[in-house]
Amino acid sequence: MELRAFESVPAMLMFSVSTFVLFHFGLDRGSLAGDLAAGVLWVTLLLAAVLGMNRLFVAEHEQGGFDGFLMAPVDRTALFVAKALVLFCFLVAVELVALPAFAVLLLEPGPGQALPELLAVVVLADAGIAVVGTLIGALGVQTRARDLIVPLMALPLLVPVVIAASEASAPLFEAGGADPFPGRWLMVLALYDAVFALLAYAVFDFLLEE
Amino acid sequence: MTFGRGLRALSIASAVLITGAFALVFFYAPNDADQGFIQKIFYVHVPLAIVALCGFVAGGVFAIRHLRSGDRADDLRSYVAIHISLVLAVGVLITGSIWARAAWGHWWVWDEPTLVSFLIVFLLYACYQPLRFSIEDPERQARYASVFAIVAGAFVPLNFMAVRMAESLTHPRVLSTTGGAMPGDMRLTFLVALVGMACLFVTLWKYELASKSASIQLRSLKRRLAGDAGLAPLARSAAPQEL
Repeated sequence: MELRAFESVPAMLMFSVSTFVLFHFGLDRGSLAGDLAAGVLWVTLLLAAVLGMNRLFVAEHEQGGFDGFLMAPVDRTALFVAKALVLFCFLVAVELVALPAFAVLLLEPGPGQALPELLAVVVLADAGIAVVGTLIGALGVQTRARDLIVPLMALPLLVPVVIAASEASAPLFEAGGADPFPGRWLMVLALYDAVFALLAYAVFDFLLEE
Repeated sequence: MTFGRGLRALSIASAVLITGAFALVFFYAPNDADQGFIQKIFYVHVPLAIVALCGFVAGGVFAIRHLRSGDRADDLRSYVAIHISLVLAVGVLITGSIWARAAWGHWWVWDEPTLVSFLIVFLLYACYQPLRFSIEDPERQARYASVFAIVAGAFVPLNFMAVRMAESLTHPRVLSTTGGAMPGDMRLTFLVALVGMACLFVTLWKYELASKSASIQLRSLKRRLAGDAGLAPLARSAAPQEL
């Protein structure tokens, strides 16, 4: 598993940083603040995550890991949990570098005092992306047009995550820090995570039967 | 398997209801005080939207039944429900755009949460057919499509909630589309239009089911007569091809 991380994580990271640079020129701004910053950050992270979920099951598919797993005497949900954790860790690893890079490159006020809140948003959003991404990755890996199908399915499904995460982090990026932190967006993210985790838990078995 | 039962009665009922709804729209319901004649597109647009969303969710319910029982007919039901809902959804987006242009002066308004969430749902379901098409094994195609239909069906209400919350922070609900503020004659017209549209959906759904299952049965009869050699190979398709 950790060997494969070297395939996805650097690619996701390079993608994120390149996208920040693209946004700098596309928006023609030296620095961003408030909701614009939040939007740029979350759209970039989401697109980087799509790269990761595209690759998530490729090795199993190509090297027959699914058959090996089905023969092993473990619950099938274990594969889902493991894969979702992997994707979650990928995302955290990417963000460990991408968030400071974002702060240095584009963010104007710097998220100094709001760091704990930002961390909560990041963790909840990553959990949602990981759950949905694992499900979509598993759906997409058996199709002929994986590279096309996975982003097409994942992006609309993850729109609520982008809405909630950027609404929640927009006040944190505000210059004065005047706006109160909207805790209900964290609730929305948590609810989204819970619903999709249950849903994925219920349907994932059907993606494995041979 | 017969899907054609009750089709005649249903067809007549939906023809009568749709005609009646249009008659009510043009001759009975009053013109809206603010928006005038253009508001009448509401009697097409809103029932279309409600029926399309219910169709999407129904597709998810049939998908659950398919996964539980393994009955391929349920996959066909789910596929046809989503297929017809997609067609209706195109109608919803077009009529909604026309209405928005007339009422607000813009073809598209991002402030209106219902519009945005419907667009997201539409984009999601637009992947349903490509997903089916890109899986060759028919059994796996049915299974994966069902998983997708369930996830997407659960996503519909969640998405509406998230989008509505995002917008209601800054924008109060100006236009309550199904609200109780509607006067009696408008509400009657709307209800007839809604029932008519639902009836039309069920009729179309049953027609499509009957046609699909008939061609599947025809093919299996031909195979029995001529053997596999006598049959032209099936073209790859997003639709279920076996029962």
